[in-house]
Amino acid sequence: MHKEGIVTFINGPVVKAENMSFFKVREMVTIGKQRLIGEVISINNNEATIQVYEETEGLKTGEIVSSTGNPLSVKLAPGMIGNMFDGIQRPLKTIEELSPNFIPEGIGLISLDEEKKWDVNILVEEGQYLNQGQIFAEVPESLVIKHKIMVPLGIEGKVIFKKENGKYSIKEVLIKLEDKYGKVHDLNMIQEWPVRTPRPVSKRMAIKELLVTGQRVLDIFFPIAKGGTAAVPGGFGTGKTVIQHQLAKWSNADIIIYIGCGERGNEMTAVLEEFPKLIDPRSKRPIMERTILIANTSNMPVAAREASIYTGITMAEYYRDMGYDVAIMADSTSRWAEALREISGRLEEMPAEEGYPAYLPSRLAEFYERAGLAKSLTGELGSITIIGAVSPPGGDFSEPVTESTKRFVNAFLALDKSLAYARHYPAINYLISYSGYANMLAKWYQENVGEDILELRTKLLSILQEENKLMEIVQLVGEDVLPNDQRLILEIAKVIKIGFLQQNALHMTDSFVSLQKQYKMIKTIYHLYERAHKCIKLGIPISQVKDEKLYNEIIKIKYTVENNKIELIDKVIEDIDLYFDELEEKYKQ
Amino acid sequence: MRKEVLQIDKIEGPLIILSEVEDVSYGEIIDIIVEDNIIRKGKVVKIEKDKVLAEVFEGTSGLSTKNTRVRFTGSPLKIPLSKGILGRTFNGIGKAIDLDSPIISKEKYNINGRPINPVARVYPRDYINTGVSAIDCLMTLIRGQKLPIFSGNGLPHNELAVQIVKQAKIRGAEGGNFAIVFGAMGVRHDDADYFIKSFKESGVLERVVMYLNLADDPVIERISTPRCALTAAEYLAFEHDMHILVILTDMTSYCEALRELSAAREEVPSRKGYPGYMYSDLAGIYERAGQLKGKAGSITLLPILTMPNDDITHPIPDLTGFITEGQIVLGRELYQHNIYPPISVLPSLSRLMKDGIGEKYTREDHEDLANQIFSSYSKVQEIRDLAQIIGEDDLSETDKKYMEFGRKFEEDFLSQRKDENRSIEESLNLAWKLLSILPIEELDRVDPKIAEKYYGR
Repeated sequence: MHKEGIVTFINGPVVKAENMSFFKVREMVTIGKQRLIGEVISINNNEATIQVYEETEGLKTGEIVSSTGNPLSVKLAPGMIGNMFDGIQRPLKTIEELSPNFIPEGIGLISLDEEKKWDVNILVEEGQYLNQGQIFAEVPESLVIKHKIMVPLGIEGKVIFKKENGKYSIKEVLIKLEDKYGKVHDLNMIQEWPVRTPRPVSKRMAIKELLVTGQRVLDIFFPIAKGGTAAVPGGFGTGKTVIQHQLAKWSNADIIIYIGCGERGNEMTAVLEEFPKLIDPRSKRPIMERTILIANTSNMPVAAREASIYTGITMAEYYRDMGYDVAIMADSTSRWAEALREISGRLEEMPAEEGYPAYLPSRLAEFYERAGLAKSLTGELGSITIIGAVSPPGGDFSEPVTESTKRFVNAFLALDKSLAYARHYPAINYLISYSGYANMLAKWYQENVGEDILELRTKLLSILQEENKLMEIVQLVGEDVLPNDQRLILEIAKVIKIGFLQQNALHMTDSFVSLQKQYKMIKTIYHLYERAHKCIKLGIPISQVKDEKLYNEIIKIKYTVENNKIELIDKVIEDIDLYFDELEEKYKQ
Repeated sequence: MRKEVLQIDKIEGPLIILSEVEDVSYGEIIDIIVEDNIIRKGKVVKIEKDKVLAEVFEGTSGLSTKNTRVRFTGSPLKIPLSKGILGRTFNGIGKAIDLDSPIISKEKYNINGRPINPVARVYPRDYINTGVSAIDCLMTLIRGQKLPIFSGNGLPHNELAVQIVKQAKIRGAEGGNFAIVFGAMGVRHDDADYFIKSFKESGVLERVVMYLNLADDPVIERISTPRCALTAAEYLAFEHDMHILVILTDMTSYCEALRELSAAREEVPSRKGYPGYMYSDLAGIYERAGQLKGKAGSITLLPILTMPNDDITHPIPDLTGFITEGQIVLGRELYQHNIYPPISVLPSLSRLMKDGIGEKYTREDHEDLANQIFSSYSKVQEIRDLAQIIGEDDLSETDKKYMEFGRKFEEDFLSQRKDENRSIEESLNLAWKLLSILPIEELDRVDPKIAEKYYGR
């Protein structure tokens, strides 16, 4: 039966229609002459409320709502890597070919390129029995990523036909399965999956590995685990986007999905221009070859902004099922929450705190819970790491989105305005940030970095804490009145801050730092502290203990020592010993 | 045939409700004919079955349910545009108010525009030399950027905007392809006059397009004023390859108009009564700045807003800061110390700066230098706090140097005459001269090689 409804109410992206009793909730529909894309969000008797993913200007009452029969879904097939989509998986390049420069309404549901031929390597034989989710073919999607074609969920059976290896488009049938009822399923490369439903896994696993980001303040102080969740809250101008970009560029996930959710158009353009030129230090290939971009900029329709988060996470789950480690950067989840609020307001729902709908925390929880390390239905081990930027109004972390997010993430990397004003980047406040993964990954750190690394981490963090307390006194009475050992704390904290925590995203050597270099760096700084502390105890004055040249040498390690020449740091350690040996000698006499 | 409705059901604030109308499209423009002679414009903002809610641009005073006819035009608000708009003045809905001759063009343009496809953008890289040291050096304006001025009531934001307009040198904009689009929302007559006078004095008036909605003009027109201005800017930039500098003042009045309308529509308010969609709404304005692939023109947007109570966390500056590519913040304390332009350096920022400066554009030392100034000046603030308590005399030698640096920085670098146009070289050299007050070891943000080359020179 062909189902049609009639538009009766229009208020921005919210449209109501009558004659809708045959429609399903969450079904995708097209509206009016322009065939705008929308989604049914509630049904009351004969009347349905629809959120529309495109601009509704010009829509009239009395226009027709048509059913598509499916919930809002994404098409999962080769062609996603290296591509840039809008919030409902329409490739922006294709949109540009259809309509230059500006995004029009009514371009319909376009998705992946169905013409392009891919090199397909079929991995199964006729007669073999395949379960749901089982990999039956491989396609090199980029030089880095092998796209594994899986049997769609809910289908299993014996292979009764297979094509030869060769070049095929995503629509062409590759194999045929006969299930136990004798029904034949034609399988091509495309799977569709409703974005709001998590893809199933066979087992969720405990976190066990660090997501190496090359960012010192993260890797050593506030680590993010593969399969973990992290939030990066910060007011405007604190550098959220730079951190997200750094993570997208350098973290050691196999696949990066970057969701620009309600952010600036020029930022997405910067990613598009920059990523194809940047080379991944591990694969030596442009990082664009492992990146999927989803851009729903702030001036694009608000309902599609709400959907963009789900589109991204569904793609992530699909690649996780192939056995990849996927990291999602959502910049920014506050814009997504605001989209929820905007739509909720238009629906005239009862608002909770600050106008946000009461279901905000549960939606956030649902999203973050889709992260994790898991075994797929066929036993592939893959992970999804979610790093969500949060943009609290006025930088006030007590607002509802930050507060709710805090409950569902394990790492909280708070960005600080005063650090940003002093151009201390990344402006992560080391006093209020935390990460539950440091302890969870203790074993991993000891095996892969160094025995004493967590010990060093705690010691350096406590120096920073101590300095913060001392600074309150210094603010009142000045530095000179403090005893020497406390003045040393201030000096060492300065070295930690400038020489270790501050990292220059634009500097060739400093943008990405290997874990081994990071480890050596903190070891050096702590060595400096120990030697200096010993001298102070011997009664040597701080002016002697603090040697500008030596301190500068340590601070500049981040620029002077390249990642592949970390043995040069040993020389700095020698210099420290030399200096303090001499100093001790001098004062012994 | 055009439909007409002879009766209004309800008139409330700026809104009217009509019933028994069919075939109305969302967002379409209506003509409201009062007693057969005066036509006001309105816009459909909500449709519920055969009931239509519309906002009236020129206000509803004088309307009654009986003396008024409403005619539906069937199209959204569109304005005619041609190159003839240069030098002309329009009201907030794009009607010429200076001369009797209207603009005639074959095509009319929807003032709401359409979102620019991110893949069609060109990332802005060419810097604009404004001649203002603080801006050029520390928060460089880039062609195609949106960089608002966050100001307060009584601060000289208009003077600064005018100075930028007069001095701005845009690369590639030599000759006749530079124009200014000026959109005024709810500004006072004397402020508008100041802008007009300054445009006249600097001889650019025939290159200015003005959309004026003054403080006593209808509030609802304020909603369409910036949209008209940006539509004109898009037309000039992308159809005539011109470099356009758009000044929108005062965004605070715009947001207040948005709130007024939202309250009249009985919508659920979010922070401080502003509507929940204000972010998207503002983004629809600010994001229209930029450059497109294959087009020589550009739109650089310089919105001005007055922060209520000088509060940068107020929703208007806050949401603006999240959309725009940085901000220039003016500080009252500096202004009271008679420093013009009173640019509060620390909270100010240009996000696009990093890609538009350096060897290829300005000078190799620019970035390190800017970072060092930010860092050192932020230290000055700490030391000043300390000096307040223990007195300046008891400060350490280095701290005293910082105090001197802070003073000189404000007096010599920030401060400049309203007609003083400094080249980028001058500004950078001046910054080095000031940094040389500090011991070289204190310059921890500068590459040692660069410090060696420029320090003390």
